[in-house]
Amino acid sequence: MAVTDTSGGQAPPPPSDPPGGARLAATRRRAKAFGGVLLSLALTLLGLLLVTFVIGRVMPIDPVLKVVGERATPEQYEAARQAMGLDQPIIVQFVTYIGDVLRGNFGRSISTGHPVVEDLRRVFPATLELATLGTLIGVLVGVPLGVVAAARRGGWIDQIARVAALVGYSMPIFWLGLMGLLVFYGKLNWVGGPGRQDILYDGMVPTVTGMLLIDSLVAGDWGAFRDAFSHIILPAALLGYFSLAYISRMTRSFMLEQLSAEYITTARVKGLSERRVVWGHAFRNIAVPLTTVIALSFGGLLEGSVLTEIIFSWPGIGSYITKALLAGDMNAVLGGTIIVGVCFIGLNVLSDVLYRFLDPRAT
Amino acid sequence: MTRPFSARAILLASALALAPAGLSAAWAETPADVLVVAAQIDDIISLDPAQSFEFSGNDVDQNLYNRLVDFDPLNLEAGFQPSLAEKWEVSGDGLTITFTLREGVKFHSGNPVRAEDAAWSLQRAVKLDKSPAFILTQFGLTPDNVEDKIKADGNRLSITLDKPYAQSFVLNCLTANVASVVDKELVMQHVEGDDLGNTWLTTNDAGSGPYKLGTWKPNEAVQFVAFDDYWGGAPRLKRVIVKNVAESSAQRLQLEQGDIDVARNLTPSDIQGIAGKDTLKVLDEPRGRILYMGLSQKDPLLSKPEVIEAMRHLVDFEGMANSFLKGQWRIHQNFLPEGYLGASQDNGWTYDIEAAKKIIADAGLTGSSVTTKVRDIREYLDVAQTLQASMAQAGLTLNIEQMTGAQVLDAYRAREVPIFLGEWGPDYSDPQTNAGTFAWNPDNEGKGSTLAWRNSYAVPQDIQDKVAAATLESDTDKRAQMYLDIQAEYHKSAPILPLFQRVEQVAMQKGIEGWSGGGAVTSVMYHQVTKGQ
Repeated sequence: MAVTDTSGGQAPPPPSDPPGGARLAATRRRAKAFGGVLLSLALTLLGLLLVTFVIGRVMPIDPVLKVVGERATPEQYEAARQAMGLDQPIIVQFVTYIGDVLRGNFGRSISTGHPVVEDLRRVFPATLELATLGTLIGVLVGVPLGVVAAARRGGWIDQIARVAALVGYSMPIFWLGLMGLLVFYGKLNWVGGPGRQDILYDGMVPTVTGMLLIDSLVAGDWGAFRDAFSHIILPAALLGYFSLAYISRMTRSFMLEQLSAEYITTARVKGLSERRVVWGHAFRNIAVPLTTVIALSFGGLLEGSVLTEIIFSWPGIGSYITKALLAGDMNAVLGGTIIVGVCFIGLNVLSDVLYRFLDPRAT
Repeated sequence: MTRPFSARAILLASALALAPAGLSAAWAETPADVLVVAAQIDDIISLDPAQSFEFSGNDVDQNLYNRLVDFDPLNLEAGFQPSLAEKWEVSGDGLTITFTLREGVKFHSGNPVRAEDAAWSLQRAVKLDKSPAFILTQFGLTPDNVEDKIKADGNRLSITLDKPYAQSFVLNCLTANVASVVDKELVMQHVEGDDLGNTWLTTNDAGSGPYKLGTWKPNEAVQFVAFDDYWGGAPRLKRVIVKNVAESSAQRLQLEQGDIDVARNLTPSDIQGIAGKDTLKVLDEPRGRILYMGLSQKDPLLSKPEVIEAMRHLVDFEGMANSFLKGQWRIHQNFLPEGYLGASQDNGWTYDIEAAKKIIADAGLTGSSVTTKVRDIREYLDVAQTLQASMAQAGLTLNIEQMTGAQVLDAYRAREVPIFLGEWGPDYSDPQTNAGTFAWNPDNEGKGSTLAWRNSYAVPQDIQDKVAAATLESDTDKRAQMYLDIQAEYHKSAPILPLFQRVEQVAMQKGIEGWSGGGAVTSVMYHQVTKGQ
């Protein structure tokens, strides 16, 4: 693969093995650092939840109405309000909620009638599957495209990349999605229609991860895999296109910066092949910022893309949270927020770890 | 200089991205014994019949449960028919109705359906006192007295009312979802605290209806499985799958591809788009919902009789019904929808800007303005803007604030929407459901929740007396005439203007027969649906 074609660069030397006492100290230091990470994670989450909770509660939306309906008598209304704990001050409600969460109780969603954990177990894998495939497409196409566009600046590939990115930025996703469906599903019949799978496969594959592609592979059911793939590929390609637009532009500008640096001139003067110069030298140096860009774009997709989900009837976390928010369904909103928050923090930690491997200086 | 890189990288990457072409799993049509329906079903919040009060939730329950009396999907006009109750009789004083239950009927669990189950189900709904409970409690039932008022004795069930209500009124109410008969033994195994099994029934089924609940994945799909031991005969379609497809165009594409059999939420333009397809057909089914305009009598301008009179001339009925409402709403200027006992066909208001202009000018009100809140639904906004334009021609300024449904509803409940544009859907299949909200406001100064109250409309006492009397009239023909009279008076004087009645345009494969969305009076029924091959 082009991206891994960095054989020309030197791998960072492995850290030397410290002697016994020092090793213990290092372990302790690491444990401390780990504890610190956990603490900051918990605090970040708590802050995130508090902000979400307060915003959700001050919104002019009455969750009681969602439960009792607009025709309820004042007595029914009041009874439901008390049962939901909404007669308490906001801060008391929040503390109660956090207490419940710490005991592993995320509550029940008022907009689906199901326990929030059960809902999230269903909607998050759907989004994760879609976002991962989308990001994969975005990276596999966007990075090489950006690199080439920079290396042959002003060339036809650069022009194509520019137009593609421009279209990607400016085209409304619902329009592109509908056109995609119309052409590839409606006319050509190459891909499956809206939804995650054909009704015939619904419930045929035992749920392991909730991601149909993986579950069908685990079950060894190729028919189900093909079906799931034919349903996911269009929305994934669409999301992939949008992240491609972003990733290729960022890659290009990172690369341009590197290619104009003096060490590149030096390398060229030394007679290194252009390929070695671009991939071996310049590309290695943009790996760190590029990781951040990719992680952010992946994180963005993990929040769920509401419009894509609606057009493709994709039961993901984006439309779940949005719908819950509009109903004032705070249990569902907060449960979803925790998932998205943990993902973002996890991606941050992950890219921090990746930096150590990718940054030539970080040894 | 060598090429900066080989084109291989791009080729490989694009090959990966484009690999799926041709991976279609599309089936030319759905299996012969499975009905696949696409609809917007994201409003379901509970499947417990004592709680469900949303369209889609009731659509599900209708098929999972039976009631003492039910509608015949192929003959809705005939009204309520014996279902779990084989027959019934009313006592001489008109206060007690005694039902005899059908023998040999089984719940999905295999338990027999007994009068005791039916009594417990009704008592349970009253005790839980969720949103639809009023349909039963309006007969004088309360959590405290319900065990005395509703009694099971062998295979007989008796209900004692607080007044000698019209038999048609009571039985119409018993066709409502809240009166569904649940499997007492099964539910009792899942009671948590004093919830009477509400938590469990929210996501589970304990019915005796033609279909059992397969799975319910919120916002995704509901699957039904045929109940082969159904007393009315096993359903011909072994499975029914209702997929949540929010987008009209996505529903249409799937219908055209043959991946679904029925599409329930196509927009007028998509209905038009499939008009030429000879594999598909469209069924127009009038539903119970009324699109109305409420003029708040708290508003100094709108409470003037001249303005109310003028507003009746400012609605471009024909124009709207023939453009953006085409096919989905038909003109209907009375509060009882067609399909109801006593529904009126008098649509006498006409669009006449000159007349309105003159009325406004004569009253010296030209140049007045009013600001209202409209829900951000395309249809309502279109209606509001059409109204805005015609009001402007008549010398009145209408300012529109666009808001979410929840915001408008909050304001409406607080009586703070000057001109309300929205829908009212009947709660049960008796005319009282609409008469009791459009024309009922016993305490205009106090707290209330009827439409009349929300528009601060103090309904004249003689109209309210007639509404009350109509619930007690035992002669059904006389009762129908009473509602016609009430509506005629209402049509002349009320500041709440019914404008249109909903028509559901259901698009389906040509082979589908027997589809019934429940008409104006009830919910969708699948038992009788067949797929001709």
